[in-house]
Amino acid sequence: METILTVQHLTKKFGFLTAVKDLSFTIEKGNVYGILGPNGSGKSTTLGIILNVVNRTSGSFCWFEGNTSTHEALKKVGAIIERPNFYPYMTAVQNLKLVCKIKEVPETKIEEKLELVGLLDRKDSKFRTYSLGMKQRLAIASALLNDPEILILDEPTNGLDPQGIHQIREIIKKIAAKGTTILLASHLLDEVEKVCSHVVILRKGEKLYSGPVDGMMASHGFFELRTTAMDKLRELLEKSASFGKITQENGTLTAYLKEEMQAEELNKMLYDKGLVLSHLVKRKESLEEQFLTLTKNN
Amino acid sequence: MVRLLQIEFIKLWNNRASKILITSYFILLTSIALIAAIKFDIGPVKFHLAEQGIFNFPYIWHFNTFVTAIFKLFLAIVIVSMMANEYSNKTIKQNLIDGLSKKEFIASKFLTVISFSLISTVFVFVVSMILGLIYSDYNELSIIFSDLEYVFAFFFKLVGFFSFCLFLGIFVKRSAFALGFLILWVILEQIIFGILGWKFTTWEIAQNIKNFLPLESMQNLIKEPFTRLSAVQNIGQQIGEDMSFDYQVYWYEFLIVIFWTALFIYLSYALLKKRDL
Repeated sequence: METILTVQHLTKKFGFLTAVKDLSFTIEKGNVYGILGPNGSGKSTTLGIILNVVNRTSGSFCWFEGNTSTHEALKKVGAIIERPNFYPYMTAVQNLKLVCKIKEVPETKIEEKLELVGLLDRKDSKFRTYSLGMKQRLAIASALLNDPEILILDEPTNGLDPQGIHQIREIIKKIAAKGTTILLASHLLDEVEKVCSHVVILRKGEKLYSGPVDGMMASHGFFELRTTAMDKLRELLEKSASFGKITQENGTLTAYLKEEMQAEELNKMLYDKGLVLSHLVKRKESLEEQFLTLTKNN
Repeated sequence: MVRLLQIEFIKLWNNRASKILITSYFILLTSIALIAAIKFDIGPVKFHLAEQGIFNFPYIWHFNTFVTAIFKLFLAIVIVSMMANEYSNKTIKQNLIDGLSKKEFIASKFLTVISFSLISTVFVFVVSMILGLIYSDYNELSIIFSDLEYVFAFFFKLVGFFSFCLFLGIFVKRSAFALGFLILWVILEQIIFGILGWKFTTWEIAQNIKNFLPLESMQNLIKEPFTRLSAVQNIGQQIGEDMSFDYQVYWYEFLIVIFWTALFIYLSYALLKKRDL
Protein backbone atom coordinates (compact mmCIF):
# COMPACT_ATOMS: atom_id res chain seq x y z
CA MET A 1 0.00 0.00 0.00
CA GLU A 2 1.16 3.50 -0.78
CA THR A 3 2.33 5.52 2.21
CA ILE A 4 1.29 9.15 2.26
CA LEU A 5 2.83 10.31 5.50
CA THR A 6 5.35 8.82 7.91
CA VAL A 7 5.92 10.44 11.27
CA GLN A 8 8.83 9.23 13.37
CA HIS A 9 9.65 10.07 16.97
CA LEU A 10 8.22 13.55 16.62
CA THR A 11 8.70 15.79 19.66
CA LYS A 12 7.70 19.40 20.19
CA LYS A 13 8.49 21.39 23.29
CA PHE A 14 7.11 24.83 24.11
CA GLY A 15 9.45 25.86 26.90
CA PHE A 16 8.83 23.45 29.74
CA LEU A 17 5.71 22.03 28.19
CA THR A 18 6.05 19.02 25.95
CA ALA A 19 3.15 19.27 23.52
CA VAL A 20 4.05 16.22 21.47
CA LYS A 21 6.19 13.43 22.85
CA ASP A 22 7.95 10.85 20.67
CA LEU A 23 5.02 10.39 18.32
CA SER A 24 5.20 7.91 15.45
CA PHE A 25 2.52 6.81 13.02
CA THR A 26 1.97 6.30 9.31
CA ILE A 27 -0.87 7.24 7.01
CA GLU A 28 -1.69 4.87 4.16
CA LYS A 29 -3.52 5.83 1.03
CA GLY A 30 -7.26 5.28 0.92
CA ASN A 31 -8.02 5.13 4.64
CA VAL A 32 -9.87 7.62 6.74
CA TYR A 33 -7.90 8.44 9.88
CA GLY A 34 -9.02 10.11 13.03
CA ILE A 35 -6.70 11.78 15.49
CA LEU A 36 -8.44 11.71 18.81
CA GLY A 37 -7.56 13.32 22.05
CA PRO A 38 -8.87 15.69 24.65
CA ASN A 39 -8.25 19.41 24.31
CA GLY A 40 -4.57 20.22 24.59
CA SER A 41 -3.39 16.72 23.78
CA GLY A 42 -1.18 17.86 20.92
CA LYS A 43 -3.45 17.20 17.93
CA SER A 44 -3.16 20.65 16.40
CA THR A 45 0.54 20.88 17.18
CA THR A 46 1.15 17.60 15.38
CA LEU A 47 -0.80 18.80 12.35
CA GLY A 48 1.01 22.16 12.52
CA ILE A 49 4.37 20.39 12.35
CA ILE A 50 3.54 18.21 9.37
CA LEU A 51 2.02 21.25 7.64
CA ASN A 52 5.19 23.32 7.95
CA VAL A 53 3.86 26.03 10.27
CA VAL A 54 5.24 24.77 13.58
CA ASN A 55 8.92 23.91 14.01
CA ARG A 56 9.66 20.50 15.48
CA THR A 57 12.03 20.06 18.40
CA SER A 58 13.20 16.63 17.29
CA GLY A 59 12.11 13.65 15.23
CA SER A 60 11.17 13.59 11.59
CA PHE A 61 8.33 13.26 9.16
CA CYS A 62 8.18 12.70 5.45
CA TRP A 63 5.48 13.13 2.85
CA PHE A 64 4.95 10.71 -0.02
CA GLU A 65 7.91 8.51 0.91
CA GLY A 66 10.26 11.48 1.06
CA ASN A 67 10.51 12.17 -2.65
CA THR A 68 9.63 15.87 -2.43
CA SER A 69 10.26 18.83 -0.17
CA THR A 70 7.58 19.61 2.38
CA HIS A 71 6.20 22.67 0.63
CA GLU A 72 6.02 20.85 -2.72
CA ALA A 73 4.24 17.97 -0.98
CA LEU A 74 1.77 20.38 0.59
CA LYS A 75 0.60 21.37 -2.87
CA LYS A 76 -0.83 17.85 -3.11
CA VAL A 77 -2.42 18.14 0.33
CA GLY A 78 -5.60 19.94 1.28
CA ALA A 79 -5.67 21.18 4.84
CA ILE A 80 -7.78 23.24 7.15
CA ILE A 81 -6.46 24.18 10.55
CA GLU A 82 -8.73 25.36 13.36
CA ARG A 83 -10.33 28.48 11.87
CA PRO A 84 -10.73 29.31 8.21
CA ASN A 85 -8.11 31.93 7.30
CA PHE A 86 -8.77 33.98 4.19
CA TYR A 87 -8.37 37.59 3.11
CA PRO A 88 -11.51 39.24 4.53
CA TYR A 89 -11.63 41.94 1.86
CA MET A 90 -11.61 39.47 -1.03
CA THR A 91 -14.53 37.50 -2.44
CA ALA A 92 -14.71 33.71 -2.34
CA VAL A 93 -13.63 33.47 -5.97
CA GLN A 94 -10.72 35.90 -5.52
CA ASN A 95 -9.55 33.98 -2.47
CA LEU A 96 -9.72 30.69 -4.32
CA LYS A 97 -7.85 32.15 -7.31
CA LEU A 98 -5.06 33.09 -4.94
CA VAL A 99 -4.96 29.54 -3.58
CA CYS A 100 -4.80 28.22 -7.15
CA LYS A 101 -1.77 30.43 -7.79
CA ILE A 102 -0.06 29.19 -4.65
CA LYS A 103 -0.81 25.55 -5.38
CA GLU A 104 -0.01 26.01 -9.06
CA VAL A 105 -3.24 24.45 -10.28
CA PRO A 106 -5.53 25.83 -13.01
CA GLU A 107 -8.49 27.94 -11.95
CA THR A 108 -10.99 25.70 -13.72
CA LYS A 109 -12.03 23.79 -10.60
CA ILE A 110 -13.21 26.82 -8.60
CA GLU A 111 -16.86 26.66 -9.68
CA GLU A 112 -17.04 22.90 -9.25
CA LYS A 113 -15.71 22.98 -5.70
CA LEU A 114 -17.90 25.92 -4.70
CA GLU A 115 -20.84 23.91 -5.97
CA LEU A 116 -19.78 20.90 -3.89
CA VAL A 117 -19.86 22.92 -0.67
CA GLY A 118 -22.98 24.83 -1.71
CA LEU A 119 -21.50 28.31 -1.96
CA LEU A 120 -21.91 28.91 -5.67
CA ASP A 121 -24.64 31.52 -5.24
CA ARG A 122 -22.46 33.51 -2.81
CA LYS A 123 -19.23 33.25 -4.78
CA ASP A 124 -18.89 37.00 -5.32
CA SER A 125 -19.54 38.02 -1.72
CA LYS A 126 -16.65 39.22 0.36
CA PHE A 127 -15.25 36.67 2.81
CA ARG A 128 -15.91 38.87 5.83
CA THR A 129 -19.66 38.80 5.12
CA TYR A 130 -19.77 35.01 5.51
CA SER A 131 -21.14 33.18 8.52
CA LEU A 132 -18.81 30.81 10.35
CA GLY A 133 -20.40 27.81 8.67
CA MET A 134 -19.91 29.33 5.23
CA LYS A 135 -16.32 30.26 6.04
CA GLN A 136 -15.67 26.68 7.06
CA ARG A 137 -17.26 25.38 3.86
CA LEU A 138 -15.17 27.78 1.79
CA ALA A 139 -12.11 26.44 3.58
CA ILE A 140 -13.10 22.93 2.52
CA ALA A 141 -13.62 24.06 -1.08
CA SER A 142 -10.19 25.67 -0.98
CA ALA A 143 -8.60 22.51 0.41
CA LEU A 144 -10.16 20.49 -2.40
CA LEU A 145 -9.08 22.75 -5.26
CA ASN A 146 -6.11 20.58 -6.17
CA ASP A 147 -8.01 17.29 -5.79
CA PRO A 148 -5.64 16.45 -2.94
CA GLU A 149 -4.12 13.07 -2.20
CA ILE A 150 -5.01 13.63 1.40
CA LEU A 151 -7.41 15.98 3.11
CA ILE A 152 -6.46 17.15 6.60
CA LEU A 153 -9.21 18.58 8.77
CA ASP A 154 -8.61 19.98 12.22
CA GLU A 155 -11.81 20.31 14.23
CA PRO A 156 -13.88 21.10 11.15
CA THR A 157 -17.15 21.42 13.05
CA ASN A 158 -15.85 23.48 15.95
CA GLY A 159 -18.17 26.34 16.82
CA LEU A 160 -20.82 25.49 14.23
CA ASP A 161 -24.55 25.19 14.83
CA PRO A 162 -26.28 21.81 14.32
CA GLN A 163 -27.11 22.54 10.68
CA GLY A 164 -23.55 23.63 10.03
CA ILE A 165 -22.19 20.51 11.68
CA HIS A 166 -24.53 18.36 9.62
CA GLN A 167 -23.54 20.08 6.37
CA ILE A 168 -19.83 19.67 7.04
CA ARG A 169 -20.31 15.99 7.91
CA GLU A 170 -22.25 15.37 4.75
CA ILE A 171 -19.48 16.99 2.73
CA ILE A 172 -16.82 14.91 4.50
CA LYS A 173 -18.80 11.73 3.83
CA LYS A 174 -19.15 12.69 0.17
CA ILE A 175 -15.40 13.21 -0.10
CA ALA A 176 -14.58 10.02 1.77
CA ALA A 177 -16.88 8.08 -0.57
CA LYS A 178 -14.73 9.20 -3.50
CA GLY A 179 -11.77 7.37 -1.99
CA THR A 180 -9.82 10.42 -0.80
CA THR A 181 -7.56 9.78 2.17
CA ILE A 182 -8.70 11.87 5.10
CA LEU A 183 -7.02 12.78 8.36
CA LEU A 184 -9.52 14.17 10.79
CA ALA A 185 -8.54 15.62 14.15
CA SER A 186 -11.38 15.99 16.58
CA HIS A 187 -12.45 15.58 20.13
CA LEU A 188 -15.98 14.84 18.98
CA LEU A 189 -16.00 11.08 19.03
CA ASP A 190 -19.20 10.34 17.23
CA GLU A 191 -17.86 12.44 14.40
CA VAL A 192 -14.78 10.29 14.12
CA GLU A 193 -16.72 7.07 14.67
CA LYS A 194 -19.02 7.85 11.77
CA VAL A 195 -16.34 8.33 9.16
CA CYS A 196 -13.02 6.92 10.30
CA SER A 197 -11.57 3.49 9.73
CA HIS A 198 -8.36 4.10 11.67
CA VAL A 199 -7.56 6.15 14.74
CA VAL A 200 -4.55 7.63 16.48
CA ILE A 201 -5.29 8.43 20.11
CA LEU A 202 -3.24 11.03 21.91
CA ARG A 203 -3.11 12.14 25.51
CA LYS A 204 -0.78 14.84 26.77
CA GLY A 205 1.26 14.53 23.61
CA GLU A 206 1.73 10.80 23.89
CA LYS A 207 0.30 8.16 21.62
CA LEU A 208 -1.99 5.73 23.39
CA TYR A 209 -3.13 3.79 20.38
CA SER A 210 -2.89 3.80 16.64
CA GLY A 211 -4.55 1.33 14.31
CA PRO A 212 -7.96 0.26 13.05
CA VAL A 213 -10.99 1.41 15.00
CA ASP A 214 -12.13 -2.19 15.55
CA GLY A 215 -8.88 -3.28 17.11
CA MET A 216 -8.82 -0.54 19.68
CA MET A 217 -9.86 -2.74 22.58
CA ALA A 218 -9.64 -6.46 22.89
CA SER A 219 -13.26 -6.71 23.87
CA HIS A 220 -15.94 -9.16 22.93
CA GLY A 221 -18.76 -6.72 23.41
CA PHE A 222 -21.72 -6.96 25.75
CA PHE A 223 -25.39 -7.92 25.88
CA GLU A 224 -28.29 -5.74 26.88
CA LEU A 225 -31.06 -7.93 28.24
CA ARG A 226 -34.54 -7.52 29.62
CA THR A 227 -36.99 -10.04 30.96
CA THR A 228 -39.71 -10.34 33.57
CA ALA A 229 -37.62 -12.34 36.03
CA MET A 230 -34.55 -10.10 36.25
CA ASP A 231 -33.16 -11.61 39.46
CA LYS A 232 -33.20 -15.09 38.06
CA LEU A 233 -31.49 -13.87 34.89
CA ARG A 234 -28.77 -12.15 36.87
CA GLU A 235 -28.19 -15.28 38.97
CA LEU A 236 -27.87 -17.41 35.88
CA LEU A 237 -25.43 -15.09 34.17
CA GLU A 238 -23.27 -14.69 37.26
CA LYS A 239 -22.86 -18.44 37.39
CA SER A 240 -21.80 -18.60 33.75
CA ALA A 241 -18.07 -18.50 33.04
CA SER A 242 -18.58 -16.48 29.85
CA PHE A 243 -19.56 -13.30 31.60
CA GLY A 244 -17.56 -10.80 33.57
CA LYS A 245 -19.05 -7.62 34.93
CA ILE A 246 -22.83 -7.43 35.15
CA THR A 247 -24.69 -4.21 35.81
CA GLN A 248 -28.36 -3.36 36.06
CA GLU A 249 -29.77 0.02 35.20
CA ASN A 250 -33.28 1.22 34.37
CA GLY A 251 -34.62 -2.29 34.17
CA THR A 252 -31.98 -3.37 31.68
CA LEU A 253 -29.24 -5.80 32.50
CA THR A 254 -25.86 -5.25 30.87
CA ALA A 255 -23.56 -8.25 30.81
CA TYR A 256 -19.99 -7.94 29.53
CA LEU A 257 -18.56 -10.95 27.70
CA LYS A 258 -15.28 -12.54 28.63
CA GLU A 259 -15.24 -14.74 25.57
CA GLU A 260 -16.87 -14.76 22.18
CA MET A 261 -20.55 -15.66 22.21
CA GLN A 262 -23.30 -15.22 19.64
CA ALA A 263 -26.69 -13.73 20.53
CA GLU A 264 -28.49 -16.88 19.29
CA GLU A 265 -26.39 -19.00 21.58
CA LEU A 266 -27.31 -16.96 24.65
CA ASN A 267 -30.96 -16.82 23.69
CA LYS A 268 -31.14 -20.58 23.28
CA MET A 269 -29.33 -21.20 26.55
CA LEU A 270 -31.67 -18.91 28.51
CA TYR A 271 -34.76 -20.31 26.82
CA ASP A 272 -33.65 -23.83 27.77
CA LYS A 273 -33.37 -22.64 31.36
CA GLY A 274 -36.94 -21.35 31.16
CA LEU A 275 -36.25 -17.66 30.73
CA VAL A 276 -37.92 -15.71 27.93
CA LEU A 277 -36.27 -12.43 26.96
CA SER A 278 -38.20 -9.35 25.98
CA HIS A 279 -35.08 -7.51 24.85
CA LEU A 280 -31.78 -8.84 23.55
CA VAL A 281 -29.08 -6.73 21.92
CA LYS A 282 -25.44 -7.55 21.39
CA ARG A 283 -23.21 -4.50 21.12
CA LYS A 284 -19.61 -3.47 21.03
CA GLU A 285 -18.47 -0.57 23.16
CA SER A 286 -18.89 2.73 21.36
CA LEU A 287 -15.79 4.68 20.46
CA GLU A 288 -16.62 7.07 23.25
CA GLU A 289 -16.65 4.35 25.88
CA GLN A 290 -13.45 2.84 24.53
CA PHE A 291 -11.81 6.24 24.34
CA LEU A 292 -12.71 7.13 27.89
CA THR A 293 -11.41 3.80 29.14
CA LEU A 294 -8.17 4.27 27.25
CA THR A 295 -7.50 7.85 28.28
CA LYS A 296 -8.53 7.32 31.89
CA ASN A 297 -6.54 4.31 32.89
CA ASN A 298 -3.12 4.90 31.46
CA MET B 1 9.09 34.73 -10.07
CA VAL B 2 6.10 35.90 -12.07
CA ARG B 3 3.94 33.58 -9.98
CA LEU B 4 5.17 35.12 -6.73
CA LEU B 5 4.48 38.61 -8.04
CA GLN B 6 1.03 37.58 -9.21
CA ILE B 7 0.26 36.19 -5.76
CA GLU B 8 1.20 39.46 -4.12
CA PHE B 9 -0.63 41.46 -6.77
CA ILE B 10 -3.90 39.62 -6.08
CA LYS B 11 -3.50 40.30 -2.35
CA LEU B 12 -2.74 44.01 -2.80
CA TRP B 13 -4.97 45.00 -5.65
CA ASN B 14 -8.13 43.54 -4.14
CA ASN B 15 -7.60 45.56 -0.98
CA ARG B 16 -9.31 48.89 -1.35
CA ALA B 17 -7.09 50.77 1.11
CA SER B 18 -3.88 49.58 -0.57
CA LYS B 19 -5.30 50.36 -3.98
CA ILE B 20 -6.11 53.94 -2.98
CA LEU B 21 -2.73 54.47 -1.33
CA ILE B 22 -0.80 53.07 -4.28
CA THR B 23 -2.77 55.14 -6.77
CA SER B 24 -2.38 58.33 -4.72
CA TYR B 25 1.33 57.67 -4.42
CA PHE B 26 1.82 57.55 -8.15
CA ILE B 27 -0.42 60.56 -8.68
CA LEU B 28 1.70 62.46 -6.15
CA LEU B 29 4.86 61.37 -7.96
CA THR B 30 3.48 62.92 -11.10
CA SER B 31 2.31 65.98 -9.25
CA ILE B 32 5.84 67.15 -8.78
CA ALA B 33 5.29 68.64 -12.21
CA LEU B 34 2.87 71.00 -10.53
CA ILE B 35 5.79 72.77 -8.87
CA ALA B 36 6.34 74.23 -12.30
CA ALA B 37 3.06 76.04 -11.90
CA ILE B 38 4.16 77.91 -8.78
CA LYS B 39 4.12 81.56 -9.81
CA PHE B 40 3.96 84.69 -7.74
CA ASP B 41 3.00 87.84 -9.50
CA ILE B 42 2.70 90.58 -6.93
CA GLY B 43 3.17 93.82 -8.75
CA PRO B 44 6.88 94.38 -9.19
CA VAL B 45 7.82 90.97 -7.67
CA LYS B 46 7.56 88.34 -10.36
CA PHE B 47 8.54 84.86 -9.27
CA HIS B 48 8.22 81.72 -11.33
CA LEU B 49 9.74 78.75 -9.55
CA ALA B 50 10.29 76.78 -12.73
CA GLU B 51 12.51 79.56 -14.02
CA GLN B 52 14.76 79.59 -10.95
CA GLY B 53 16.72 76.73 -12.42
CA ILE B 54 15.26 73.87 -10.42
CA PHE B 55 14.37 72.09 -13.64
CA ASN B 56 17.77 72.53 -15.23
CA PHE B 57 19.59 69.39 -16.29
CA PRO B 58 21.38 67.82 -14.52
CA TYR B 59 20.23 69.50 -11.30
CA ILE B 60 16.67 68.26 -11.88
CA TRP B 61 17.78 64.65 -11.26
CA HIS B 62 18.99 65.65 -7.85
CA PHE B 63 16.03 67.87 -7.00
CA ASN B 64 13.26 65.56 -8.17
CA THR B 65 14.66 62.38 -6.65
CA PHE B 66 15.07 64.18 -3.34
CA VAL B 67 11.59 65.69 -3.26
CA THR B 68 9.66 62.66 -4.51
CA ALA B 69 11.38 60.41 -1.97
CA ILE B 70 9.24 62.13 0.67
CA PHE B 71 6.15 60.43 -0.78
CA LYS B 72 7.62 57.01 -0.06
CA LEU B 73 5.77 57.10 3.24
CA PHE B 74 2.57 56.22 1.39
CA LEU B 75 4.05 53.01 0.11
CA ALA B 76 5.64 52.39 3.49
CA ILE B 77 2.15 52.16 4.96
CA VAL B 78 1.10 49.76 2.22
CA ILE B 79 4.14 47.57 2.74
CA VAL B 80 3.95 47.49 6.53
CA SER B 81 0.27 46.57 6.43
CA MET B 82 0.63 44.01 3.65
CA MET B 83 3.05 42.20 5.93
CA ALA B 84 1.32 42.77 9.25
CA ASN B 85 -2.11 41.87 7.85
CA GLU B 86 -0.82 38.44 6.92
CA TYR B 87 -0.31 37.92 10.62
CA SER B 88 -3.53 39.49 11.86
CA ASN B 89 -5.64 37.62 9.29
CA LYS B 90 -3.52 34.52 9.91
CA THR B 91 -3.36 34.13 6.16
CA ILE B 92 0.38 33.61 6.38
CA LYS B 93 -0.40 30.30 8.06
CA GLN B 94 -2.85 29.35 5.33
CA ASN B 95 -0.36 30.38 2.61
CA LEU B 96 2.27 28.08 4.09
CA ILE B 97 -0.22 25.24 4.49
CA ASP B 98 -1.32 25.69 0.90
CA GLY B 99 2.24 24.99 -0.18
CA LEU B 100 4.11 28.30 -0.30
CA SER B 101 7.54 27.84 1.25
CA LYS B 102 8.78 30.39 3.76
CA LYS B 103 11.47 31.41 1.32
CA GLU B 104 8.90 31.97 -1.41
CA PHE B 105 6.77 33.98 0.98
CA ILE B 106 9.60 36.42 1.74
CA ALA B 107 10.63 36.41 -1.91
CA SER B 108 7.15 37.42 -3.03
CA LYS B 109 7.19 40.34 -0.60
CA PHE B 110 10.71 41.40 -1.56
CA LEU B 111 9.91 41.19 -5.26
CA THR B 112 6.96 43.49 -4.61
CA VAL B 113 9.29 45.94 -2.87
CA ILE B 114 11.66 45.81 -5.85
CA SER B 115 8.78 46.33 -8.28
CA PHE B 116 7.44 49.31 -6.34
CA SER B 117 10.89 50.88 -6.26
CA LEU B 118 11.54 50.16 -9.91
CA ILE B 119 8.22 51.58 -11.08
CA SER B 120 8.74 54.67 -8.89
CA THR B 121 12.20 55.17 -10.34
CA VAL B 122 10.97 54.86 -13.91
CA PHE B 123 8.14 57.25 -13.06
CA VAL B 124 10.44 59.86 -11.58
CA PHE B 125 12.85 59.44 -14.48
CA VAL B 126 10.13 60.02 -17.08
CA VAL B 127 8.49 62.93 -15.24
CA SER B 128 11.85 64.64 -14.69
CA MET B 129 12.86 64.09 -18.28
CA ILE B 130 9.67 65.70 -19.55
CA LEU B 131 9.90 68.62 -17.10
CA GLY B 132 13.55 69.09 -17.93
CA LEU B 133 12.94 69.09 -21.65
CA ILE B 134 10.30 71.78 -21.18
CA TYR B 135 12.05 74.07 -18.69
CA SER B 136 15.77 73.31 -18.72
CA ASP B 137 18.15 75.95 -19.98
CA TYR B 138 20.61 73.33 -21.14
CA ASN B 139 19.48 70.67 -23.56
CA GLU B 140 22.69 69.03 -24.74
CA LEU B 141 22.52 65.23 -24.55
CA SER B 142 25.73 65.01 -22.53
CA ILE B 143 24.27 67.33 -19.88
CA ILE B 144 20.87 65.64 -19.83
CA PHE B 145 22.44 62.28 -19.07
CA SER B 146 24.97 63.44 -16.53
CA ASP B 147 24.43 62.99 -12.79
CA LEU B 148 22.14 60.02 -13.39
CA GLU B 149 23.57 58.41 -10.25
CA TYR B 150 20.81 60.24 -8.37
CA VAL B 151 18.24 58.09 -10.17
CA PHE B 152 20.06 54.93 -9.14
CA ALA B 153 20.44 56.27 -5.63
CA PHE B 154 16.69 56.87 -5.59
CA PHE B 155 16.05 53.24 -6.47
CA PHE B 156 18.36 51.88 -3.78
CA LYS B 157 17.03 54.31 -1.23
CA LEU B 158 13.48 53.07 -1.82
CA VAL B 159 14.47 49.39 -1.80
CA GLY B 160 16.34 49.89 1.45
CA PHE B 161 13.56 51.82 3.13
CA PHE B 162 10.82 49.41 2.04
CA SER B 163 12.88 46.42 3.16
CA PHE B 164 13.10 48.06 6.57
CA CYS B 165 9.29 48.46 6.55
CA LEU B 166 8.92 44.82 5.52
CA PHE B 167 11.09 43.71 8.39
CA LEU B 168 9.16 45.87 10.85
CA GLY B 169 5.89 44.37 9.60
CA ILE B 170 7.14 40.84 10.29
CA PHE B 171 8.86 41.78 13.53
CA VAL B 172 5.98 43.72 15.13
CA LYS B 173 3.08 41.88 13.42
CA ARG B 174 0.66 44.83 13.86
CA SER B 175 0.66 47.56 11.22
CA ALA B 176 -0.08 50.47 13.56
CA PHE B 177 2.62 49.46 16.02
CA ALA B 178 5.09 48.80 13.21
CA LEU B 179 4.58 52.32 11.87
CA GLY B 180 4.99 53.65 15.39
CA PHE B 181 8.20 51.70 15.67
CA LEU B 182 9.39 53.25 12.40
CA ILE B 183 8.91 56.76 13.80
CA LEU B 184 10.54 55.70 17.05
CA TRP B 185 13.52 54.46 15.07
CA VAL B 186 13.90 57.79 13.28
CA ILE B 187 14.11 59.52 16.67
CA LEU B 188 16.35 56.78 18.05
CA GLU B 189 18.99 57.38 15.37
CA GLN B 190 19.07 61.06 16.31
CA ILE B 191 19.35 60.20 19.99
CA ILE B 192 22.21 57.78 19.32
CA PHE B 193 23.93 60.54 17.35
CA GLY B 194 23.29 63.05 20.11
CA ILE B 195 24.57 60.88 22.93
CA LEU B 196 27.67 59.81 20.98
CA GLY B 197 28.60 63.37 20.08
CA TRP B 198 27.82 64.74 23.49
CA LYS B 199 29.47 62.21 25.76
CA PHE B 200 31.69 59.81 23.88
CA THR B 201 33.30 61.21 20.75
CA THR B 202 33.63 64.38 18.78
CA TRP B 203 30.62 65.51 16.77
CA GLU B 204 32.49 64.68 13.60
CA ILE B 205 33.01 61.04 14.55
CA ALA B 206 29.43 60.84 15.79
CA GLN B 207 28.26 62.08 12.38
CA ASN B 208 30.38 59.42 10.70
CA ILE B 209 28.90 56.70 12.88
CA LYS B 210 25.41 58.06 12.25
CA ASN B 211 26.03 57.74 8.53
CA PHE B 212 26.15 53.99 9.00
CA LEU B 213 22.75 53.74 10.68
CA PRO B 214 20.01 52.39 8.39
CA LEU B 215 17.71 55.38 7.93
CA GLU B 216 20.51 57.94 7.97
CA SER B 217 22.46 56.00 5.36
CA MET B 218 19.38 55.92 3.11
CA GLN B 219 18.85 59.64 3.71
CA ASN B 220 22.50 60.27 2.87
CA LEU B 221 22.29 58.71 -0.58
CA ILE B 222 20.56 61.83 -1.89
CA LYS B 223 21.61 64.90 0.07
CA GLU B 224 19.41 67.97 0.25
CA PRO B 225 19.55 69.82 -3.06
CA PHE B 226 18.30 73.27 -2.02
CA THR B 227 21.61 74.89 -1.09
CA ARG B 228 22.91 73.88 -4.49
CA LEU B 229 20.47 76.11 -6.27
CA SER B 230 22.19 79.13 -7.81
CA ALA B 231 19.67 81.52 -6.28
CA VAL B 232 20.35 80.17 -2.80
CA GLN B 233 24.08 80.14 -3.48
CA ASN B 234 23.94 83.81 -4.41
CA ILE B 235 22.20 84.72 -1.18
CA GLY B 236 24.76 82.65 0.70
CA GLN B 237 27.63 84.54 -0.88
CA GLN B 238 26.02 87.86 -0.08
CA ILE B 239 25.69 87.12 3.61
CA GLY B 240 29.13 85.57 3.61
CA GLU B 241 28.13 82.01 4.48
CA ASP B 242 30.20 79.20 3.03
CA MET B 243 27.74 76.97 1.21
CA SER B 244 30.05 74.58 -0.61
CA PHE B 245 28.61 71.28 0.53
CA ASP B 246 29.39 67.92 -0.91
CA TYR B 247 26.42 66.65 -2.91
CA GLN B 248 28.06 63.62 -4.47
CA VAL B 249 26.70 60.10 -4.24
CA TYR B 250 29.56 57.86 -3.20
CA TRP B 251 29.90 54.15 -3.97
CA TYR B 252 30.34 53.24 -0.30
CA GLU B 253 27.03 54.90 0.49
CA PHE B 254 25.41 52.45 -1.93
CA LEU B 255 27.22 49.63 -0.18
CA ILE B 256 25.93 50.63 3.26
CA VAL B 257 22.33 50.75 2.01
CA ILE B 258 22.66 47.44 0.17
CA PHE B 259 24.10 45.92 3.32
CA TRP B 260 21.08 47.05 5.38
CA THR B 261 18.66 45.83 2.70
CA ALA B 262 20.25 42.39 2.70
CA LEU B 263 20.27 42.30 6.48
CA PHE B 264 16.59 43.27 6.81
CA ILE B 265 15.48 40.68 4.27
CA TYR B 266 17.63 38.01 5.88
CA LEU B 267 16.31 38.89 9.35
CA SER B 268 12.72 38.75 8.07
CA TYR B 269 13.37 35.28 6.70
CA ALA B 270 15.14 34.14 9.85
CA LEU B 271 12.28 35.41 12.02
CA LEU B 272 9.66 33.70 9.89
CA LYS B 273 11.62 30.48 9.94
CA LYS B 274 12.11 30.48 13.67
CA ARG B 275 8.59 31.41 14.71
CA ASP B 276 5.77 28.94 15.29
CA LEU B 277 2.62 30.21 13.68
